[in-house]
Amino acid sequence: MPMEAKDSRTIQVDYLARVEGEGALYIKVKDGQVEDAKLNIFEPPRFFEAFLRGRSFREVPDITARICGICPIAYQMGSAQAMETACGVAVNGQLRDLRHLIYCGEWIESHALHVFMLHAPDFMGYQDAITMAKDHPEVVNMGLRLKKAGNEIMNLLGGREIHPINVKVGGFYRLPEISEMEALKAELEWAKEASIKTLQFCAGLDIPDFQRDYELVAMRHPEEYAILSGRIVSNKGIDIAIEDFLEHFEEFHVPQSTSLHAGVKERGPYLVGPMARYNLNFDRLSGEIQELALANGLEETCFNPFKSILIRSVELIHACDTAIAVCDRYLGPGNAYVDVEPVDGEGAGCTEAPRGICWHHYAIGSDGLVKSARIIPPTSQNQPSMELDMRHFVQENLHLPDDELQWQCEQGIRNYDPCISCSCHFLKLNIERS
Amino acid sequence: MADILLIGVGNPYRRDDAVGLLAAREMSRRTTDEMHVVECSGEGTAMMSLLEGRLAAVVVDAVNSGQPAGTIHRLDASDQSIPSDFFNYSTHAFSVAEAIEMMRVLGSLPPHVILIGVEGADFSAGEGLSDVVQDQFDALVEAVEDACASLIDAPTTPS
Repeated sequence: MPMEAKDSRTIQVDYLARVEGEGALYIKVKDGQVEDAKLNIFEPPRFFEAFLRGRSFREVPDITARICGICPIAYQMGSAQAMETACGVAVNGQLRDLRHLIYCGEWIESHALHVFMLHAPDFMGYQDAITMAKDHPEVVNMGLRLKKAGNEIMNLLGGREIHPINVKVGGFYRLPEISEMEALKAELEWAKEASIKTLQFCAGLDIPDFQRDYELVAMRHPEEYAILSGRIVSNKGIDIAIEDFLEHFEEFHVPQSTSLHAGVKERGPYLVGPMARYNLNFDRLSGEIQELALANGLEETCFNPFKSILIRSVELIHACDTAIAVCDRYLGPGNAYVDVEPVDGEGAGCTEAPRGICWHHYAIGSDGLVKSARIIPPTSQNQPSMELDMRHFVQENLHLPDDELQWQCEQGIRNYDPCISCSCHFLKLNIERS
Repeated sequence: MADILLIGVGNPYRRDDAVGLLAAREMSRRTTDEMHVVECSGEGTAMMSLLEGRLAAVVVDAVNSGQPAGTIHRLDASDQSIPSDFFNYSTHAFSVAEAIEMMRVLGSLPPHVILIGVEGADFSAGEGLSDVVQDQFDALVEAVEDACASLIDAPTTPS
């Protein structure tokens, strides 16, 4: 971090470590005021929405799964759901249950990686997970086994751990045998206990004191802690069906990012992800999990983003519980999918990716070819909120020495577990003609 | 005689970063019974799963360590640590070098791991190797073959 004149400070992280994808951070302080805070995203744009046009609607879940190696299920589920809605088909019963299960696999995999390998070192004062593992091998081994339990769900339901290939519009290609589900359940029972220990471990971390007034946006389901479906709600009065998303939210381009930013129309930045889900859906967690949360550093609401590591741990327990319940209910392989025939129409899909809501919208023709595609990933939506966090956090902590301030800023970006690779799908193209 | 795992690492759409995958594909055409060839995106925990429980492995990847483009490196991870920025051309949160060092710390690194790397010139988005890396491709495959051959007679139990 370069030192400048006495009244001017710049915090610059040219290449953010322990985040997925390529990004940088720039904060400028002048005369005791934060002048600028920018998350600079230079990951190359991906053009998924453009090259989905003209493809068969049945191919879309497999293509969009390639957007991310960490959260492919969010893209498969959102796109499959949108296609089913467009074609007037609902996927319920055991097939929905199994979709819930594979999504829990993604949550377990993603949250375990983030809590143990990416975020915990920040709180414990280690440069990275390797140096942390030297002193705390049992913690890292537990995290790795927990992640593997998530991988096993992905393997069984998805056909493989990364970019799964078993999800289709209407359901799955193959359903598991009862014996396979029983083997999975045994490891999930260990994973639930490990998740409780994870929460207890995280409750002992030294968590920076920081709060801000957020508009929190998450899905809400009448009975479940929403993952697969529900309405989109906020703590500032939004309560809408997923197809109405664009009436209330907007995307826009800023120069410092190849990824679009998003905001609530006429209100601005909002936050999606674990902290939003927890605040808006605490009453949808089981009594046991609510008690565990309240006994381990959380209250019923939380506005400190540094506590997202605790909330991810709570969600790990919830994902294990949900997955175990699906295993218990499983009746064995029946119909692997419902038939979906294309109609001329359009549909939206929205699910809770580990990092927050991931919204899709497609229009297709009666020939089954995609006419238009729109995908709004969680990290795009969170960028303005990340920048605001940095602006407020630095302003409140100007007394800290430069190295400590930079450390906590990076930690503050990692509160969001940003998946920069996912968020980049946009390139502003200017053509000058003379 | 050890079962050898050959892991080709890379991103097929970041030009020279694809070279590890291409070398692994070339080797799979020459494979022997003792060798299994797999491809890996370079995500660290996936790499750890691949290496877990193995006795001998060769990892081939593009390198960005500041040496002239085309330089071929051979590192024996069994007896030297891998600098975290050695394979720095990974956009993953947890990379190949970190996976290997993590396994070393946790005592789960296979007893024999050889890393073969070629210094890349162009990691921009797109397909196709740069000329300088393409010119070294045969030499790279030869280095991978030599590394595998040297492990065929490796002891089957940890030393």
